[in-house]
Amino acid sequence: MLTIDRATYDAIVAHARRDHPDEACGVVAGPAGSDRPTRFIPMLNAAMSPTFYEFDSGDLLRLYREMDDNDEEPVVIYHSHTATEAHPSRTDINLASEPNAHYVLVSTRDGAAVEGAEIEFRSFRIVDGVATEEEVRVVERYTDVPSNLTTDEPDTTQKAED
Amino acid sequence: MAEVRIPTILRPYTGGERAVSATGGTVAEIIDDLEANHEGIKERLLDGDDVRRFVNIYVDDEDIRFTGGLDTTVGDSASIVILPAVAGGAADIGAAGAPR
Repeated sequence: MLTIDRATYDAIVAHARRDHPDEACGVVAGPAGSDRPTRFIPMLNAAMSPTFYEFDSGDLLRLYREMDDNDEEPVVIYHSHTATEAHPSRTDINLASEPNAHYVLVSTRDGAAVEGAEIEFRSFRIVDGVATEEEVRVVERYTDVPSNLTTDEPDTTQKAED
Repeated sequence: MAEVRIPTILRPYTGGERAVSATGGTVAEIIDDLEANHEGIKERLLDGDDVRRFVNIYVDDEDIRFTGGLDTTVGDSASIVILPAVAGGAADIGAAGAPR
């Protein structure tokens, strides 16, 4: 399950809408081992394409150095699909290289790029070529939930689609 | 002796180590030395005689695509970083360039 705070969720959605009809991409870093996405880092889509995204290789190196220096890891790796569902494509699955990350997909198709419209926001683990969907739990703030929990279900749970 | 930073997905080849040492005067020689100590890793980095499309290798912070590719010179105390590209998207580009 992905637990994400409302502000970060909103920032991902806003980025996807802003870059529509191109795919938007980025990372939410968090303290290593915490499974808590805390630092929102929108990235430039160097491919500037409606059907493909890629971090610029220089940006990628700086990002990983920064995370290393901060003892962080990429807890969430997100991108948007702009004309298809928020589900990993074969390309996404083939290129996924962070087995510990939550791969978040947002779809801005069918008018979802408009602010206030309903939007698909889904999360997947992608390991050894297999994508497995997981629940997304949006919390108002992380202080409401214990760190790195795996099974507890506090009452603050909200459905991501709301 | 250069230090080579190993990304998470390739750490099974290095016994979980995040960084390993390797010797060589060029990136190609470094990769051969890595392969000698961590069998199987070379195939994950190279596609034939080229670096895989979705693998990035940096020598002293420079992407080797811009510095001579596998012939890029590696100094005695060089810092080498390997990072899989963060890429994807709706388009089906096939598995040819994939890092695995």
